[in-house]
Parts: sequence; C-alpha cells; structure tokens
Amino acid sequence: MRTDDLVALLATGVEPVPRHAVGRRYAVALFLGMAASAMLMLGLLGLRPDLAQAVRLPMFWVKLGFVACLAWASLLATLRLSRPGMRLDWVPAALVTPVLAIWVIAGVALAGAPPIERPELIFGTTWQSCPWLIALLSLPIFFAVFWAMRGQAPTQLPLAGTAAGLLAGTVGALVYCLHCPELQAPFVGTWYLVGMLIPGLFGALLGPRLLRW
Amino acid sequence: MTEQGRSSPNEERLRHWLLRGLDGDAAAYHAFLKEVTGHLRAYFRRRLAQLPDEVEDLVQETLLAIHNQRHTYDIDLPLTAWVYAIAKYKLVDLLRRRAAKQALTDPLDGLAENASELLSAADSDAADAHRDLSKLLAQLPDRQRLPIIHTKLRGLTVAETARATGMSESAVKVGVHRGLKALAASIRDDT
Repeated sequence: MRTDDLVALLATGVEPVPRHAVGRRYAVALFLGMAASAMLMLGLLGLRPDLAQAVRLPMFWVKLGFVACLAWASLLATLRLSRPGMRLDWVPAALVTPVLAIWVIAGVALAGAPPIERPELIFGTTWQSCPWLIALLSLPIFFAVFWAMRGQAPTQLPLAGTAAGLLAGTVGALVYCLHCPELQAPFVGTWYLVGMLIPGLFGALLGPRLLRW
Repeated sequence: MTEQGRSSPNEERLRHWLLRGLDGDAAAYHAFLKEVTGHLRAYFRRRLAQLPDEVEDLVQETLLAIHNQRHTYDIDLPLTAWVYAIAKYKLVDLLRRRAAKQALTDPLDGLAENASELLSAADSDAADAHRDLSKLLAQLPDRQRLPIIHTKLRGLTVAETARATGMSESAVKVGVHRGLKALAASIRDDT
C-alpha cells in the first residue's frame, strides 16, 4: 500500500473524536476499580468498627488528606504521561510535598512522645499487614488504570507505568483508610507509603511490557 | 520542546486542520495527514540515514499511530510537540526492535534535538514501502476487515456498511477502530 493510499484510507469517513476521551476513560476505570476495591475491603476486612468516632478525630482527616493529595498528584501524572509531548512540570513536586508534610508531622509527634512510646507510634499494631493489604486493595484499580492507559499514547513507558501504579496504590490506600485502625502520623508516613509504592514499583516493571502501542 | 513552534503559520495551519479533523471533517483531516507525512518522511530520512529502506514503513506506521491515538491530542498543547513525541516514540521503538534482533549498540545516539526540527523540512518523494499494509489488512478478522474495506477503502457511510455487512452501526464503528489498532499491533509484531 502506498503512503498516499494509507492517508486517504485513514481520512475517509473519519469519525468525530469525543472531547475529553482520555479523561473519560480514566473516570470509568477509577470508578470500576474503586468499586471492586471497596467490595474487596468490605468482604475481606470490613469497616473499622469505630469509624463513626474516628471521623471526629483530626488525625483521621490528616491521614485521608495525605493519601488524597498523593492520589490527586498521581492522577495528574498519569493523565500527562498518557499524552505524547506533555511535560510533567510541577507534578513531581506535588507528589513529594505530601510525603514531606506527613514526615514533618510524624517528626513532631515522635519528638513530643516519651522514648518508650515511640516504637508504638511507628509500628502501631498492624505494620506487618498494612502495606500488603494496601497493595491487595489496589490490585483491581491497577488492572483498571492499566486498561485505561493502554488506550492512550504514553511515550515514556517505565515512568507512565510508575504513575499508573502509584495511582492504583494511592486510591487503594484511600479505600484502606476506611478499615485501618491506625492514626499515627509516623505509622502512616512509613507503612502507607510502602503500601502505595508496591503497586508503583510493579507499574514501573510492567509498563514497558503492557503499555506499548 | 520549544513553544516557539506554536506561533509559526505552518503549525497554526496544521493544528487548525487537525482540530477540524477531530470534529469529523475528513477533507481537513486528509490535508493534515498529507502535510504531516512530508514532515515525517524528512525527519525519518535524516534520522535513519543508515537505514533508508525503513523510512517509508516507519512513516506509515507513525501515520497509523497518529490516527489511532488522535484522541490524545490536547488542544492546549503545541501540535509539533505532540506529533514529534509520537514520531520519536515510533523511531526509538523501531531502533529497539532492530537492536533486539541484531544486538546493535547505541542506536539512540543523536536523538537529543527538539520538536521544532520536525516542521523544518518536508519531503514529498515517497519511496516504496516494503511492508504491504493491505496484506496485513487482509489478515484481520471479518468483523474488523469488512468495516474498514467498506468505510475506508470504498468510502461507504457507516449506515451503508451496516446494511451491506449485516452488522449494527456501532459494530461497524467498533470494527474500524479495533481493526486499525490491530493493524498497528500486527506491524509491531511483524518487524
């Protein structure tokens, strides 16, 4: 086939492209992934029994805000890396800032606590399961976000995979917040972070394989 | 990737055509693809001086990629940056596939230029493509091949194609869309 013929073929009967096609696909993916993740959480782990009291504590919202800021920054990174020629600009800073903020809060909490109580602030009672459960809850979101990204045009595949993985990890952590009994900033700044980074790492490894187009 | 490309009349005209093409204006879209073809050819000729036989195949592969991913163009983004990023991705992908095959080294040297280079030259002198897309097209399953042949090669409307094939109109649209993506995938596996 000559190139002119290909051009004619592609242009003939071309269908209009819906506006915001990229954003819409991610919206569908996140909705479905989050719904599946929430069902997994309710079926496997259950809501924390004292959720009604917990929502009155400022630390509950600090934790939720920390995770939500990371989810928002991951979403921005994912959207930008889905489009050829789009730069990340300030998005990496938006990813790092919430982490630094929670570490500052954690530092203050640790400094103000008697040394004997400090391990308790860091390890809580669930540090061994927390990162794995976050990674588990992010699994359906991971599949959904990768499905969405496969319909786009990422040109930096390891980076795009990392962003997609982080998006899954952060949204999974958001769901996990409704189960998790821990509220200490040192705990959140350590084990939540590890939990969210696990899908990010898998995304970096799988991106070059799964996202080619 | 410089912003300066945005102000050039060349870029503005191309962008205008693409935006109308995204709204379904086939003539504007045709003009866009035709002009981009010349720029891609010139760009790949410079980059693939050692591999002149690959140029026309890569032009076709990139055109198909631009078409299949046209929804990822953000109207706030300079057009050149978008086209250039796709062209570079396809070029690097080709060199990687070849390198994997032949264990070539340092194929990516000299890629550190910028997007404004893309519109700096055009080349309308098409060499023959070595890979025949019509052969790959013929290998697609009927539900993708028939909609492409009717709407894209014979110029029938979606409704006429639906009547001719007994498929629903949405199945025809999906068939065209998935068929062109499958075509791009078969090019990747083919190389």
